[in-house]
Amino acid sequence: MNKIWLIIKREYLTRVRKKTFILTTILTPLLFAGIFAVVIFITIKNVSNEKVAVVDQGGYLKSSLESNKTVTYQFVADVDTSNFVAKGYSAVLFAPHTGINQTANFKLITEKSLNRIANTKIERDISRALENNMISQELKIDPKQIDSIKSRAENISVETSKKGEGGKLESSSFDVANGIGYITGFLIYITLFIYGTMVMRGVMEEKTNRIAEVIISSVKPFQLMMGKILGIGAVGLTQFLIWIVLISVISGVLSSMIPPEVLDQVQQNNSQVPGSSQQGSEAIRNLAAAQNTLSSINWGLVVFSFVFYFIGGYLFYAALFAAVGSAVNEDPQDAQSMTFPVIMPIILAIVIMINAINDPGGSLATWSSIIPFFSPIVMMARIPFGVPDTVPYWQLGLSMALLVLGFLFTTWLSAKIYRTGILMYGKKPSWKEMIKWIRR
Amino acid sequence: MILELQNLKKYFATQKAVDDISLSIEQGSIFGLLGPNGAGKTTLLRMITGIFYPDEGDILFNGKPFDPINDIQYIGYMPEERGLYKKMKIGEQALYLAQLKGLKKDRAMELIKEWFVKLEMQSWWNKKVEDLSKGMSQKLQFVTTVLHRPKLIILDEPFSGLDPVNSNIIKDEIFNLAKTGCTVIFSTHRMEQVEEICDHIVLINKGKKILDGTVKGIKQRFKENIFRIGFDETPATNYNNTFEIIKQNDDHSLMVKINEGYKPNDVLNYFLQQQSSIVAFNEMLPSINDIFIQLVEGTPAARQFQPVTD
Repeated sequence: MNKIWLIIKREYLTRVRKKTFILTTILTPLLFAGIFAVVIFITIKNVSNEKVAVVDQGGYLKSSLESNKTVTYQFVADVDTSNFVAKGYSAVLFAPHTGINQTANFKLITEKSLNRIANTKIERDISRALENNMISQELKIDPKQIDSIKSRAENISVETSKKGEGGKLESSSFDVANGIGYITGFLIYITLFIYGTMVMRGVMEEKTNRIAEVIISSVKPFQLMMGKILGIGAVGLTQFLIWIVLISVISGVLSSMIPPEVLDQVQQNNSQVPGSSQQGSEAIRNLAAAQNTLSSINWGLVVFSFVFYFIGGYLFYAALFAAVGSAVNEDPQDAQSMTFPVIMPIILAIVIMINAINDPGGSLATWSSIIPFFSPIVMMARIPFGVPDTVPYWQLGLSMALLVLGFLFTTWLSAKIYRTGILMYGKKPSWKEMIKWIRR
Repeated sequence: MILELQNLKKYFATQKAVDDISLSIEQGSIFGLLGPNGAGKTTLLRMITGIFYPDEGDILFNGKPFDPINDIQYIGYMPEERGLYKKMKIGEQALYLAQLKGLKKDRAMELIKEWFVKLEMQSWWNKKVEDLSKGMSQKLQFVTTVLHRPKLIILDEPFSGLDPVNSNIIKDEIFNLAKTGCTVIFSTHRMEQVEEICDHIVLINKGKKILDGTVKGIKQRFKENIFRIGFDETPATNYNNTFEIIKQNDDHSLMVKINEGYKPNDVLNYFLQQQSSIVAFNEMLPSINDIFIQLVEGTPAARQFQPVTD
């Protein structure tokens, strides 16, 4: 046990002290912050105002075109294509002379192309103007009546509730659970890959360096393998911890630095959808509902199972990666072809997860969240939907127990391959040979 | 006896790597394990170091059945393929390997410093292995092998890649270790070193032991009664039944092989009667190299000399 501890310590310290580790650990959150900052910057940039001159001799558009921060409409008569730039407009819009109810006769002439948001707004505004015109002319109804009906209908929100224990109704929002499921599932997927291949590379390094033989004359191969797996697992946990802390600190600092008018502008942009004048208040309601669901999610359970499935899944696959690393030689192509069977189930798991998350109680989701090959990713995506209603206790228990048994099995299996493989040089072993190593 | 092997066998799918080998090694001796490539030396050594379990047979370490988990700390093994962590600092690496052998940290540091001073490696402490030359990393590997004062030191080709100066330093350390009671097992293809260093040798080929004995004893056993006789002037010799001349050298000396049933004195008598003036007379013992080649190739070494009798 003492020796395993020494190996864990070495594996951990040599990796944590590496410049690349320190760089990626610090730079990744900075990169996130950078992307965040760029998005905000672009948003600010994009809400630049475009002045559009409208030449509307028929006066059909006047009642329907509303200026906002993105686009300012000015109804003028003395502007044409030759002088709109000189008069300070970025574009000029010509409405048809004959009547508005012709979709083809609108012309927008610009000096340089308008930004996407302004473009969309102009198109939408025109189509709304048309719509209003048609409603009043053909249906003989005041368009405002239609608006009020629409907004009344939109006020209805479907409250999805599940029957919780003891008849208490817990409201839940599918989208929030969906998001959390996605994020946690993907995180486990990515970590399985990153740290699994790190284990494999470590084993290959020891084998090609020929240090394995020296170490194995001091410790048992199993100790060397386990030390490596546990040491690298600890590196992964450390990196995550630092990331979580850094990202939350940075995003906290950044969001306090965003000027409030930017948020305003962003919100205004969003509200330019026809027939959704109530969008703003609706967004606030949505936010409140989301907060409500966020607090209804059992965070203790989600965090606990995330840690459990991360560790379990990592141990399950890291052992297999270690076995592959011990079986291949210097040739990286060998490694590629031999890792394929190990990588396959991980990729399959993420595919299942993406499908299963839309039906978290379905049979595909249920069964694949019990099989240890897929359970770390799929079960993690199901848990935010609620335990025990979407995921009954027996399924969670069975899945966890099978994952533990699974990694005990893969570790046992890999230890057998590893023991022989780590000292075998020369040609790449065939699958048949590796099965023989297991039997021995 | 520090180590006894009894009818050791290890078969792999394709070959009998070690096929019924027995041998015993005395405490404090320097033991040479010889054999051509692929003879089974490495497999044998891996069984002694507990890396492989034998299929059959017993290993006795210090008179008791070998228990790899506990006995491993009394063994130091330097494999033929050198291995060190390239990116690790020299000092840390030595410390790590020593701790894996069960040494406490303080004690390990003490011993490492001692050895680094002895082999003039103090300035290396913070260097990385990738900065070292082949010979330097060889020295480091030797230190890590013997650091924990093992009772049994197993060295697989310890001199490959070392210049004569460093080679002598290591050789002296091996002698010193043997003097303090360590037993050294040595596996090599370099025969001149075997003759120089080893007390006892075993030759294995194709998984079987084909020779076992002290260097002197083996040389005696394989001598072919060949003598070199130096003269003032090369005498004219006729055919006679006491000996045959196998080579006539340019420096007025003859290589003769004494026929069975005759003694060196008979040869001397013959030349004395011929009034030849003899200036030198010595026995030509076969080198271990010759014996090795003779046994491994299965052809008598003498055949490589061309008889020049008229």
